[in-house]
Amino acid sequence: MDNDKIGQIIDKYQGEASSLIQILLDIQHENHWLPRSALEVVSKKLNLPLSKVQQTATFYKAFSVVPIGRHEIHVCKGTACHVNGAQDLLEEVEEVTGIKPGETDPDAKFSLKTVNCLGRCGLGPVIEIDGKTHARMSPAEISDALKKYE
Amino acid sequence: MGEVTLTIDNKEVKAEEGMTVLEAARSAGIKIPTLCHHEKLEPYTACRICMVEVESRGRSELDTSCSRPVKDNMVVRTQSEELTEIRRTLLELMLSHAPDARELQELVEEYGANRNRFAKEPSFCIHCGLCVRYCAEVKKKNAVVFVKSGVRREISFNKEIASRECWKCRECFELCPTEALQTAYLLTEALTSDSSSFELEPDA
Ligand code: SF4
Repeated sequence: MDNDKIGQIIDKYQGEASSLIQILLDIQHENHWLPRSALEVVSKKLNLPLSKVQQTATFYKAFSVVPIGRHEIHVCKGTACHVNGAQDLLEEVEEVTGIKPGETDPDAKFSLKTVNCLGRCGLGPVIEIDGKTHARMSPAEISDALKKYE
Repeated sequence: MGEVTLTIDNKEVKAEEGMTVLEAARSAGIKIPTLCHHEKLEPYTACRICMVEVESRGRSELDTSCSRPVKDNMVVRTQSEELTEIRRTLLELMLSHAPDARELQELVEEYGANRNRFAKEPSFCIHCGLCVRYCAEVKKKNAVVFVKSGVRREISFNKEIASRECWKCRECFELCPTEALQTAYLLTEALTSDSSSFELEPDA
């Protein structure tokens, strides 16, 4: 992510230090994660100590200070999804992407996470990719679906 | 500023409006244990060990004396069975993080805390925030901050700021109730590692 883009985001909030969280959220949304270089720009532009920016960036689960792939996969492991075969689904995703929950592949294509409940228990097993819900997926179907992502 | 009169442990104590219960007690020679308190810093109420019983307007409640402002006719108790129980449990929890912490030892004896009640998970830090707050409030440098949250919360020196500021200051070292060297250790680590120390493994 280039500095101009970060600059634009910061300008949108009039460079107010009180908008720090909102600014970080916007950068995270654009870039999927918060690289140190981005935090440095934010720190300079908002005139906040870098340490303070790091404190906020590491405090919230919504932020990541380690690389996150272009596509975020959330496999639901809630009770309803579990009994409907979430584990098989997860294993298939691990197989196709080559990563385990909490990891990102070297090309930063996918990041994988398990979640405890997506609140769509009737549709289990549920997988969410980039916020889009895939309901009642079989391992074969998810394998096909994942191949479509660039 | 007006003067108020309150009762602490059955003793009549005079205090200035705006003082905290802790300050009033100490001015009258009444001991209340503290770990995260520091005269130069704002009340933080992290360690909870200064908890007292306050009777105000007919109600009795527990509160941290370091943050509670005095009030006329307030009745405070600094010792009771319940308070001992609370302080003991707090100490036992802290012992699991910092079993050898210098400042805990005396309190552990006094309150009869069991050193082995909770499994040891030594991080050496009891999150009193003294180093962090001193650096921010007194030195205004923010070289050391808390990073992450919940059970993963820990102190972290910022490499750039620390390499500029810390060697000539080091005033936070002796504030640490657990192990002055821990701060020193983490600082050295932050200064010598390539990446910033907060870039650790991703959450599983
Ligand atoms: S390192 Fe020491 S002074 Fe700093 S927060 Fe932890 S216990 Fe407190």
